[in-house]
Amino acid sequence: MDDFYRDYILDHYRHPRNFGHLDRADAAAEDLNPLCGDQIRMELNVDDDGVVNDVRFSGRGCAISQASASMLTERIKGMKLSDVATLSKDVVLEDVGIGISPTRMKCAMLGLRVLKSAAIGEIAGWPDEE
Amino acid sequence: MLTIDRKTEAIIADFPILARPTSRGKRLVYLDSAATSQKPRAVIQALVDYYEQYNANIHRGVYEIAARATDEYERARVKVARFVGADPSEIVWVRNTTEAINLVAYSWGNVNVGAGDAILLTELEHHSDLVPWQLLAQRSGAELRFLPVDERGLYVLDDLDALLDGCKLVACAHVSNTLGTILPLETIVARAHAAGAMVLVDGAQGAPHLPVDVRALGVDFYAFSGHKMLGPTGIGALYGRHALLDAMPPFFSGGDMIRKVEYDRTTFAEPPRKFEAGTANIADAIAFGVAIEYLEEIGMPWVRDHERALTTYALERLAAFESRGLAIYGPRDPSLISGVVSFNLADVHAHDLASILDTEGVCVRAGHHCTMPLMAKMGWAATARASFYIYNTEADVDALCDGLEKAARLFRI
Repeated sequence: MDDFYRDYILDHYRHPRNFGHLDRADAAAEDLNPLCGDQIRMELNVDDDGVVNDVRFSGRGCAISQASASMLTERIKGMKLSDVATLSKDVVLEDVGIGISPTRMKCAMLGLRVLKSAAIGEIAGWPDEE
Repeated sequence: MLTIDRKTEAIIADFPILARPTSRGKRLVYLDSAATSQKPRAVIQALVDYYEQYNANIHRGVYEIAARATDEYERARVKVARFVGADPSEIVWVRNTTEAINLVAYSWGNVNVGAGDAILLTELEHHSDLVPWQLLAQRSGAELRFLPVDERGLYVLDDLDALLDGCKLVACAHVSNTLGTILPLETIVARAHAAGAMVLVDGAQGAPHLPVDVRALGVDFYAFSGHKMLGPTGIGALYGRHALLDAMPPFFSGGDMIRKVEYDRTTFAEPPRKFEAGTANIADAIAFGVAIEYLEEIGMPWVRDHERALTTYALERLAAFESRGLAIYGPRDPSLISGVVSFNLADVHAHDLASILDTEGVCVRAGHHCTMPLMAKMGWAATARASFYIYNTEADVDALCDGLEKAARLFRI
């Protein structure tokens, strides 16, 4: 864990990218880790070709959950929604790099889980909407 | 230079886990006893002895080892009763404090609490002394009320009598697991009883750290867990005044809690066995009794004094970090709190802080401490919490402070 808190992680933690809300989100999801209270919301704009052209995230939590969510938002702009829905956790591990202990893996993956929920929900259609 | 008195030194030597370095080769600095305490060798050995020497079911067998198991199991009940000033017939074995509270919420609550009644809790309650009462309120139509705390986590008693009006029960933590605040039990019990309300005390953080005499305190129910007071997990006790236990219907039913069973009806055993259905947690109850003896030998006044001195030292040392953004929560007067200190370092999230401390062998809890409503009221997302027990020393506080230095360095604070 000593290796984890590098400058760019702290930079994403203290200055998260794409933080906030969209005026009108095409897809959104949120979740929390009930064990620690970390929470993340992801909002997406998707164009007619199914490409993510804007994204915002909000929430609060530890450096691991917030920085990994911030980095994810940078990755997915311009990506097809169907590719977002199938993103692998290796993407997050590439971003946050070495040093995540098993107990903190849930924190690292919270943003990805919420993002994929939003993408899959948008593709499949949420049952409680419309 | 630090001094560890010989008594503490001898205590530390009784805890095998404290002699084992972490995987990084660090000394284990265990500051999470509010979550669960470590176990002395005598308690661990009691478990081994039962399984190796006299493993048998209780209250049934006529053979020698069954008689010994029954005897040791009931002797443990006598020890626990003596420890809190109760009669053994008033001590019900449960898994933990949570089960004890649920037992009262269902068995006593279902019969005694109805629509239009109120239940008074406090804003500091652990989820285990909140959720069971929420469910009882939903079942019965009763109203939940909350004794407020101020921004430092001290009880505000100004409106206590108004809050007690119409109350059937006050359920409150003896010691807050998040902030360490000690409940002014004398005031609460006297005024609750004057208002006609029963008092249940969540003693999960009380019995391990403070001398407790349920008769002197005058409480009606007192619930506590073995594992937070040197005993094993899976065993705890509910004290209930005999008249109350006697009038209460069973909670769980089945074997061992009966007097006579026919196909269509059953008469039940006397308390406490009326509430102890099924094969008990025999080994853990016996080992809990050994833990109680260990604490009695040390003496609970010594435990309180030791923790108060350590908390005083911790608050002094932590105060030096305040200029760098350390926030210390809860009352700052060590006479008003048990050995619990909650804090956050600048913008370092409590989980990051706990992870960094872990690399130095320092174990603290981070999160909401099962007090989510309190965290929301105070506006804290999470806090780090250090909690002390008999085996902690000033050197442990120093290790915590060294860890905070490291966290500050890693986060460029």
